[in-house]
Amino acid sequence: MIKKRKIRILVAKPGLDGHDRGARIIARAYRDAGFEVVYSGLHQTPEEVVRAAIQEDVDMIGLSSLAGAHMYLFPRVVELLQENGADDIVVCGGGIFPEDDISKLKKAGIKELFTPGTPLDEVVEWVEENVNPRGS
Amino acid sequence: MKIAEKIISGDIRSVARLIRDIDDNVPGAREVLKDLYPSTGKAYVIGITGSPGVGKSTLVDQMVTHLRSAGKTVGVLAVDPTSPFTGGAILGDRVRMQRHSMDEGVFIRSMATRGYFGGITQSTRSAIDVLDAMGKDCIIVETVGVGQDEVDIVQSAHTTIIVLVPGMGDDVQALKAGILEIGNIFVVNKDDREGADRTVSDIRLMIEMDEKRYKDGWKPPILTAQAVFDKGVKEILDEIDKHRNHLKSSAQIQSMRKYEKARNDLSEMIKDKIIHDVFNEIINSGEFETTLQSIVKGEVDPYTACDAIVLKKLKTGTP
Repeated sequence: MIKKRKIRILVAKPGLDGHDRGARIIARAYRDAGFEVVYSGLHQTPEEVVRAAIQEDVDMIGLSSLAGAHMYLFPRVVELLQENGADDIVVCGGGIFPEDDISKLKKAGIKELFTPGTPLDEVVEWVEENVNPRGS
Repeated sequence: MKIAEKIISGDIRSVARLIRDIDDNVPGAREVLKDLYPSTGKAYVIGITGSPGVGKSTLVDQMVTHLRSAGKTVGVLAVDPTSPFTGGAILGDRVRMQRHSMDEGVFIRSMATRGYFGGITQSTRSAIDVLDAMGKDCIIVETVGVGQDEVDIVQSAHTTIIVLVPGMGDDVQALKAGILEIGNIFVVNKDDREGADRTVSDIRLMIEMDEKRYKDGWKPPILTAQAVFDKGVKEILDEIDKHRNHLKSSAQIQSMRKYEKARNDLSEMIKDKIIHDVFNEIINSGEFETTLQSIVKGEVDPYTACDAIVLKKLKTGTP
């Protein structure tokens, strides 16, 4: 097929966290892997993230958080996706998370969490294995 | 409920999904577009183009605010280039517009050009139709105006705005090469920068020299702005209104526009469909690859190969 469906990803930074270097590097890695990446910028509320994800019809949301508010922000995004009937969108997260939090976040519906030092290849491979473009 | 009905009733998910299907060339999408077509033609379409970094997204963001306070609903299509090497894209125009994301009256969608199988012109046009059918009063299409495709996109707008910044001499050069014709309004953004006057007079000179081009009676105004501070934005919207009234003012202009739009739409659609169908078939059948191999080996020249393929496909009539 000449036009297989493309994976579309929203990379978002929820909360009052201004450290977007990581999110940008991930966005680039996704682009270089051939994905379409929508980057929505800093200081987003979970509501804004979910709205953007729905309007953009993405297959996955990558949340970045380095400021410690992930225990509220990440599950809230999952919750809002459910409320909007959009829980087919896969959510994963990247940033600094204590061990204990990781298992709790996974239980809350965040499919995978990546911590500092994860090679970019691994992050990209995970998407290829766990995210299917819509309709395929 | 049929998808088309959901879209006409304004269902966000159906709209978002259909635009995705159009982009991915899903056959069913075409059928929905056929159903939607009778509900299109009501929205006012504004095209915004200019080099990267001139402030298009910021300007769009401000325009959306103004249009919303005037009670109008708005759709935004922000087109960014696909990397020709990886096929991926980073679509960052939303960053400047995020404050509208909680507003029910605004629908923002980022689109990638998706490269060489043509189509961006077509999928953007179709996306305009979708937002039109969902009932948006105003649709703003933002593109980096550097290629033919992008020029074509803005050409399907009612009013096209070209954004420049001071001190980009080459920009004005680029205008000479072709996009001057498509501008209905020129905006020199970031006008606090040195050289703003110079840029304005450069554009003015070009417009004056080309007076005969504006035979329909609309001479493009040149405005200055600082979009980030909302300076000059209201004036831009006023000019858009004037241009809109101008288009409405004569039956001749209206019928000419209608004809031009139909001509553009249809020729693009035909091109697109032929390219897509022919490519689909020869790639799936392996003919594309074998022909490539013969060209590489020197068994055939590309001209002959191309003629053979196209002739055969057109005769057999690919569905």
